[in-house]
Amino acid sequence: MALDKELTAAAAIAQLRSGMTLGIGGWGPRRKPMALVREILRSPLKDLTVVSYGGPDVGMLCAAGKIKKLVFAFVTMDAIPLEPYYRKARESGAIEIEEYDEGMFQWGLRAAGMGMSFLPIKVGLGTDVLAKNPRLKTVQSPYAEGEVYVAMPALRLDAALLHVNEADRLGNTLIRGADHFFDHLYARAADACYVSTEQLREQLTLSPETAQQNRFERYLVKAVVHAPCGAHPTYLGPDYGWDMEHLKRYNASAGEEGGWQKYRDEFVAVDEDSYLAKVGGAERIGRLKLPVF
Amino acid sequence: MSEITLAELMIVAASEVWRDNGEVLASGIGVIPRLGASLAKLTHSPELLMTDSEAYLVAEPVPIGPRANYLPKYEGYLPFDRVFDCVWGGQRHVMIGPTQIDRWGQTNLSVVGDYARPKSAILGVRGLPGNSLCHINSMIVPNHGPRVFVAGEVDMVSGVGYNPARFSAGMRTDTIDLRRIITDLCVLDFEGPDKWNGAAIRVRSLHPGVSFEQVQAATAFPLRQAPGLAETPMPTAAQLAIIARLDPHNLRAAQLKNNPPALRLASGIAA
Repeated sequence: MALDKELTAAAAIAQLRSGMTLGIGGWGPRRKPMALVREILRSPLKDLTVVSYGGPDVGMLCAAGKIKKLVFAFVTMDAIPLEPYYRKARESGAIEIEEYDEGMFQWGLRAAGMGMSFLPIKVGLGTDVLAKNPRLKTVQSPYAEGEVYVAMPALRLDAALLHVNEADRLGNTLIRGADHFFDHLYARAADACYVSTEQLREQLTLSPETAQQNRFERYLVKAVVHAPCGAHPTYLGPDYGWDMEHLKRYNASAGEEGGWQKYRDEFVAVDEDSYLAKVGGAERIGRLKLPVF
Repeated sequence: MSEITLAELMIVAASEVWRDNGEVLASGIGVIPRLGASLAKLTHSPELLMTDSEAYLVAEPVPIGPRANYLPKYEGYLPFDRVFDCVWGGQRHVMIGPTQIDRWGQTNLSVVGDYARPKSAILGVRGLPGNSLCHINSMIVPNHGPRVFVAGEVDMVSGVGYNPARFSAGMRTDTIDLRRIITDLCVLDFEGPDKWNGAAIRVRSLHPGVSFEQVQAATAFPLRQAPGLAETPMPTAAQLAIIARLDPHNLRAAQLKNNPPALRLASGIAA
């Protein structure tokens, strides 16, 4: 097969530029492309606009000073509700912010994928989401009832970073978790979509039922990165649960003098193989229990 | 049998908010709201829809916490993108715990203090703008006090309320439907005579041993008293048995500081 989109994580991240707008798939501490995020942390990239249903991806990028502006609806690690490094950055005014309702957020991604400059939506009316964001405008229906809506601007991305359970070299992808979240919308909203995957195949051969786990087309995928345990320490259903021990340690680091630097030295300033060894290896990660909600 | 706890009384009070809602998705966010919604479905309102709190609709509420042999009884699929379809279509009643609530029923989950340099960053607005505008909402407050029930507007209006100053011509407000606030002191509702005048919130019932004056003192805006202001009912033995089955690890005991009993002496609970 002529099409081979495989790249190393470093080669994929090397295609990004400072100042870009990056979408990061997943949701909170769930199915985050953390191997790619760690590669950004190792890189000289800076001044990024990050668009994310935020979890530790956003927290770590805040801690490392990579974010100029955050486009978000929340940042949380669920079982640890308050993300410590996001809070530091938010409270100190270190990052610009553009805050949306969760639904407005996916509406903006959708608009970008549809080639629209905005999509109308009721949500946001009456709230400080509008009052605190001068970029946001309303629009009046041209029809008889004349209703007023929020004109949710397209959230166009220079690049999207996603993590999936399985992919092939052509860019076909499978998401096996119970929820595929909004990764398909990130893929459509982006000029270039980089997908990391637990398992990389030459070419997928699927049953019709399994093929339903393919949520977006391969023409949207620019590169595929083989990254086993690449969502760690977040939850990748059904392969492994979130690593609460690690997340607690990361969370605690924010309260220590030089805590991020220590975390960074131990878990970021090493290659991915060493990272996996330090967090207990693929075997331990594979045994991390799936969260029970 | 151990003493009935305030958390259990609040679970029963929470379950009442979902009575006669019809076939809507009952979303209780947090232990007390979720147990309340589950109790509602297992007692007075079996027509409610519920999820396993991940992505599937279930025919009966899933017990909270690690499960030994229990298998959820799936009846459908509701991943997050369909949750938004449900929200925007208005077929949902959610109960959440905001950081701040004001006299209009506006809620805040984003930041406390100045927006640019907040004193405390919480989560972000999450889904509150959509929830509050599109479908039924109730709230849980485990620590009723003036830092939650604030004097002016909440610091960052995340969820809308009955505040006419926030809406202009052409903006539809008829889908805003705030129902009740379950606190550790009382049950509040939004059934004041003219709910759009900033005085909709009433004390509907007082928990045993709590006075209206006490609730007012713990609230930074004036409250009304519902006519025939009653005492919040104690859980029945049947309700307690269901709650115990739904919460086998007794997570409810960790929801309120010191897990107080439902029957308290007035002197013991000064806010």
